Amino acid sequence: MMFYFLRRLLALIPTLLIASVIAFCVVRLVPGDVLDLMLSQNAHSSGTIEDRAQLEKALGLDRPLYVQYFEWLGNVLRGDFGASLWRNIPVLEEVATRLPVTLELGVLALLLALLIGVPTGIYSAIRQETLGDHIGRSFSILALAIPNFWLGTLVVILPAIWWGWSPPNQIQPFFEAPIANLQVFFVPALILGASLSAVIMRMTRTMMLEVLRQDYIRTAWAKGLKERVIVLRHGLRNALIPVVTLVGIMVPILFSGTVIIEQIFRLPGMGQLLLEAVVNRDYPVITGIFLITGLLVMLVNLLVDLCYGYLDPKVRYDS
Amino acid sequence: MSQAIQPGGAPGVAAVPEAQPAPKQRGRFVKFMIRLVRERPLGAVGGLICVLLLLTGIFADVIAPEGYNAINPIDRLQPPSATYWFGTDQLGRDVFARIVHGARLSIIVAFAATTLSIVISALIGILSGYAGGRTDLTVQRFVDGWMCFPDLIILIVAVSVLGPGTWQVILVLGLLFGVAGSRIVRGAVLAAKENVYVHAARAIGASTPRILWYHILPNVIPPIIVLYTTRLAAVILAESGLSFLGLGIPPPAPSWGGMLSMDGRSYMFQAPWLAIIPGLALTVAVFGINMFGDALRDLLDPRMRGGGGRYVARVRKRAGGK
Amino acid sequence: MASVQAETTAAEATAAPAPLLRVRGLKTVFRQEHGEVNAVNGVNFDVRPGETVAIVGESGSGKSITAMSILRLIPSPPGEIVDGEIEFAGRDLLSLSEEEIRLVRGNEIAMIFQEPMSSLNPVLTIGQQLAEPLIVHKRVQGKKAIRERCLELLRQVRIPDPERRLDCYPHEFSGGMRQRAMIAMGLACEPRLIIADEPTTALDVTVQAQILELLKELTRTRGTSMILITHDLGVVARYADRINVMYAGRIVERGTAQEIFNSPKHPYTIGLMESMPRLNQPAGTRLKPIPGQPPDLSKLPRGCAFSPRCRFATERCRQETPELTQLSAEHWKACWVDIDEAV
Repeated sequence: MMFYFLRRLLALIPTLLIASVIAFCVVRLVPGDVLDLMLSQNAHSSGTIEDRAQLEKALGLDRPLYVQYFEWLGNVLRGDFGASLWRNIPVLEEVATRLPVTLELGVLALLLALLIGVPTGIYSAIRQETLGDHIGRSFSILALAIPNFWLGTLVVILPAIWWGWSPPNQIQPFFEAPIANLQVFFVPALILGASLSAVIMRMTRTMMLEVLRQDYIRTAWAKGLKERVIVLRHGLRNALIPVVTLVGIMVPILFSGTVIIEQIFRLPGMGQLLLEAVVNRDYPVITGIFLITGLLVMLVNLLVDLCYGYLDPKVRYDS
Repeated sequence: MSQAIQPGGAPGVAAVPEAQPAPKQRGRFVKFMIRLVRERPLGAVGGLICVLLLLTGIFADVIAPEGYNAINPIDRLQPPSATYWFGTDQLGRDVFARIVHGARLSIIVAFAATTLSIVISALIGILSGYAGGRTDLTVQRFVDGWMCFPDLIILIVAVSVLGPGTWQVILVLGLLFGVAGSRIVRGAVLAAKENVYVHAARAIGASTPRILWYHILPNVIPPIIVLYTTRLAAVILAESGLSFLGLGIPPPAPSWGGMLSMDGRSYMFQAPWLAIIPGLALTVAVFGINMFGDALRDLLDPRMRGGGGRYVARVRKRAGGK
Repeated sequence: MASVQAETTAAEATAAPAPLLRVRGLKTVFRQEHGEVNAVNGVNFDVRPGETVAIVGESGSGKSITAMSILRLIPSPPGEIVDGEIEFAGRDLLSLSEEEIRLVRGNEIAMIFQEPMSSLNPVLTIGQQLAEPLIVHKRVQGKKAIRERCLELLRQVRIPDPERRLDCYPHEFSGGMRQRAMIAMGLACEPRLIIADEPTTALDVTVQAQILELLKELTRTRGTSMILITHDLGVVARYADRINVMYAGRIVERGTAQEIFNSPKHPYTIGLMESMPRLNQPAGTRLKPIPGQPPDLSKLPRGCAFSPRCRFATERCRQETPELTQLSAEHWKACWVDIDEAV
């Protein structure tokens, strides 16, 4: 198991390097704008060529791209993602204050999606073509078609019109006031997790149906086990293997969703920071967030691999 | 995986060839439509929605001749009525006209970006899958790296570099989904490559282009068709998401997502139809495409879906009972 | 030979042992889009205590479905047992409740399946899977007691190094070893009847013999009855006491192993014999395949289902379905034609 873990960890390194190249390139390809923007907002300079060159030099943007990359990579490895062009606060620091909000939103959404998706998926599979199955599937079809930003907008607008209720957004620390904290996060997380729960439900249902026709399920019936035991002990673990992959695939999508949900509910997370940075063309912040999200996604994928090892003995030993 | 394994190991059932209904000479299209309506009614509804969406887009100028940006300051924030079916917005523009023209915009973006993405997917997927070896490994590492980044974050960053605009959005969406889809194409190519007839073709000295064209491509077409339909909906959603954030297609273009954006938030409390109508249009369109795509996949996929009951034998109560 | 037969007949006449399992008029159908498939179409047979009864037939003859129907392991939908009686030790299994039949499965009647590869759960260890019937039916409690009993079972089926094997996963076992583990699972609760559905089909020939010998020995020493489902006449000859030959969902001939092999009376059985290589045939004898295809079970012909492929078929065969009729004490056939006259 340890060996398996280390192997997965090593396999991550090339991906990580390539991801860093992508992150760097995407953002640095058109670096001119930021100078124009900074110059135009700087009242003292008249935007002359000299000013521009001076600023370029000060920001280190005049050197060849690959030099910039390696310098940047070296800094990143030391945990230095540079500083915001505008506020001169280290990017890492700025992200660190925003990340908890995004992570809590994402984790809560994932948990809610699993808590809704897996049981309804199982139910739908073992009671195939019943009323409950049809209701579950209709729900999932609907949840997949409704964009989360619309759902979020409706939740903000309609209750405010009808009952004068608006979702709270004063974030309390989770460990000091867990209930007040969850009051803020619950609704946004539910909306963020809605489509994910639908995907999980469909996947669980399909896999469960697939697994329930396997020969070993027939063996389990022939042993005289109870249906509950057959479904949960013999079926679910096999059916969950692809569902775990799905969760791995969905994590980047969740990150995408947090940007939108944070915007709708005005939660001060990393997504908001990114949008602010985009408006200000604050490239170090954009690159930093970009790379950090990529890194987090990779970490989650590593976790997913570990779950695989736990769920599927074949993976664990085939090394 | 278990297609070969029949429930209850029922070889008697497996051996029975499927009885065909009386074969009538009809066009393949008509036959397909009949199957669609009969077997997947929801898919047929989806198909109908897709057709309506297309017609709305094509005839937008006929349906709403005043255009999407006819400002009418006197009629600001009018609720839905006989004149303004979907009400008006803060500038007095007819929401119905904007929705109709928004359909056109969505269709253009969806088809352009999806087509671009499929071309990119096919190029990367076929190159990577067919070449194999080190090329495949390198390409896949890049795809892996790329896939680590959340879609929307790539989009936001890319648009922040390129600036907002319809063509920028199409380009970025095409590239984004193109790279992601290449894995599916590659998988299909890898599977096709292992077919005995491909080995045979290579053994008799067929050229690479010939093998690609005659043996690999036909196997890659079905997953590409499925990919295409699923991508259409994803592109529409992604575009509206971007426009919602104010990073997609800039106003006054009638993007459904843009109509919901935070800029108009304050008006929505007075005029909730501004929040409801564009989202509804989006949901119906995405629902229609999804349903149609699903049905298409199921009907094009010869493998049987569903089935597999519980191993709880129902015993029919015997009449009279001994 | 004749005297042996006479003896058994006499013994039966005086004290016919009550059969352990009595199947009467069993009908199982599978519903498909284009109608019903009559997989099992009125099957009658008995299994007496301690004997091994074989059910032989081509794939699609309904032999596996018959076996599954006994434990009501027909997936539903699409399958359904529509008629018949299955009497096991005095109870009609078909009128038991879901919970009651569950307590029979794996406990009084155990099944061993065809594919030891796919019939074991890949994510549970052999030990975990072996322990289940013990915990469910025998209420064996305590980790140690369960482990002890599992080790004993693995030893009985001659799995070497059982201590280590118990914690292995199925994919770490060879095919033969997996089938041994399946047998151990079947034996766990000391059932009175074991149903072995093609237990050796997926195995190498050398391993096949080992597994069958093991099954024979274990059932014999415990006096367990066995239903052996197979398409392999070679297996049947060596390991079965009595044989039922199935065709198109019906039993077409039944008899002791000697009767079936030495004087088959049904044209289908004769066809099976002729299509099987045998050592006692003169060298150079050609094998004769049965002409035609197995029938489509959703569109069975009128009359005898075998009639389209039968070289002896008469007009009557094509009109009326023959019932099983008794030829001698143990020998029955369902055929209108008197083979001895026809040949």
